[in-house]
Amino acid sequence: MYDSIIIGAGMSGLAAGIRAAYYDQKVCVLERHYTIGGLNSFYRLRGRNYDVGLHAVTNFTPPGAKKGPFARLLRQLRMKWDDFGLSPQLMSSISFPGIELQFDNNIDLLRSEVSKEFPQQIDNFDKLIASLIDYDDLEQKHFEVSTRERLQEIITDPLLVEMILCPIMWYGNPREKDMDWGQFCIMFRSLFLEGFARPFDGVRLILKKLVRKFRELGGELKLRTGVSQIKIDNGRAVGVVLDSGEELSGNNILSSAGAVETFKLCDSDEQLHAHTTGQLSFVEAISTLDKYPRELGHNKTIVFFNDSETFHWERPTDDFCDVRTGVVCTPNNYCYDEKDGDLPEGVMRVTALADYERWRAVDQSDYQSQKQSWFDQVQASAARFVPDYRPHVIDTDMFTPHTIHRFTWHENGAVYGATRKWLDGKTDINNLFLCGTDQGFVGIIGSIVSGISMANQHLLARS
Amino acid sequence: MSPAEIRAAVIDILETIAPDEDLSNLDDAKEFRDQMELDSMDFLDIVMELRKRYRVQVPEEDYENLVSMASTVSYLEPKMADIPAE
Repeated sequence: MYDSIIIGAGMSGLAAGIRAAYYDQKVCVLERHYTIGGLNSFYRLRGRNYDVGLHAVTNFTPPGAKKGPFARLLRQLRMKWDDFGLSPQLMSSISFPGIELQFDNNIDLLRSEVSKEFPQQIDNFDKLIASLIDYDDLEQKHFEVSTRERLQEIITDPLLVEMILCPIMWYGNPREKDMDWGQFCIMFRSLFLEGFARPFDGVRLILKKLVRKFRELGGELKLRTGVSQIKIDNGRAVGVVLDSGEELSGNNILSSAGAVETFKLCDSDEQLHAHTTGQLSFVEAISTLDKYPRELGHNKTIVFFNDSETFHWERPTDDFCDVRTGVVCTPNNYCYDEKDGDLPEGVMRVTALADYERWRAVDQSDYQSQKQSWFDQVQASAARFVPDYRPHVIDTDMFTPHTIHRFTWHENGAVYGATRKWLDGKTDINNLFLCGTDQGFVGIIGSIVSGISMANQHLLARS
Repeated sequence: MSPAEIRAAVIDILETIAPDEDLSNLDDAKEFRDQMELDSMDFLDIVMELRKRYRVQVPEEDYENLVSMASTVSYLEPKMADIPAE
């Protein structure tokens, strides 16, 4: 009998597990995959290390900062700033045809770029920052207000609205076209008022630290242990049935599997929420180069590009991918410690929107050729906004929505989860709670904070 | 535990929860939140640490007693009087 059973060994599940174990609960984390990480995992291929997900850890604040989600999670997990090994970004940009806004971890750069490119809008931009700097309203009704409407009230140049929306939607908007205002405020702060960073060793460093902490505190981590059913007795979750048929019972169940995915395990009212299933998924074209990107004149950390004045954030309807917009991530371009130097090789990662349904339905032989074709199209699209690195590519890999679904079991390969969020983590079933992407916080720091706060509210406060 | 020992125990808890805070100048009469960067999650941790370390239960309706060091110590005194000092 467990005090708490946690489904999913991603950032949120592990963080929740640490909290429960630290306060002496008997807790297990169940993960269907053979490795940890969920949407933020890692792998090794042909002798090279790859990150899944992580482009940049957002919410970066420097050592000693006491405010913000990163400082809060360090306190809550009893970890040190150095445990995350974060190095800040060099500089990033939002690049549209003929116009670019650069930004780094100090909002002053973005402000000066806005006043240079949009001199009429700088006061409005400051107004926008002031309106969201203290946003703390997690009331569902206010959270779900339309971001486009709010932005249009404040910023009167439509191009600037699109340029602001582009990076923010890319880094965490589960909805098509528009975005929840609450989500927008949280993301704006995490990208522009806090900032980007990356551990030299990639996301595996953070995950391994979390697992070590969890195990030291007596938590049990069971890999290759999928949950096939959540057992419910009189409206109350009482345990889980594993893929193996074995049953485990627990006082509380906290699921990071996703909202719709969790309700499916309950065989109850999944239809009630099916319409909230996310539609947005991605491909990513990853290239290893024979040169460092800076040797090709590329010094930016992340480039969010869009090839017209209008930013289209929606599932592609007439093809496998939509390469009009994308994100170019260059993991080499962070201020790493001198003792670490640079990564062993140059790496360029380009992400584009993709249609899960097409990638799922295509047959095996065609899948490979589609992958090759779209790899080329994604890179060609990016080469309009960063130096053309294609002649220097020595190794490649690519994930598709199908890959995401295969390893994370998220419906539609929807990286940012369902289109509505369960901010209080409560479900219609007693003792069953949600954490992670569908609770409402995204990104690495966001998911960890989600796991912590849901564990505090639901696993610890009432025990 | 004497009031002084309870105070030391609470300081130790605060150091665990907020390792970056300098507690040497803590004013016992002032609210914690006016002197330290503590949010509601951190407050919950004071309660949880008391339970973990000393098996002291603080029900939710009593949380208001934990606003300052002085009020915390006087609230905990009867609950911790029988606990031997470490």
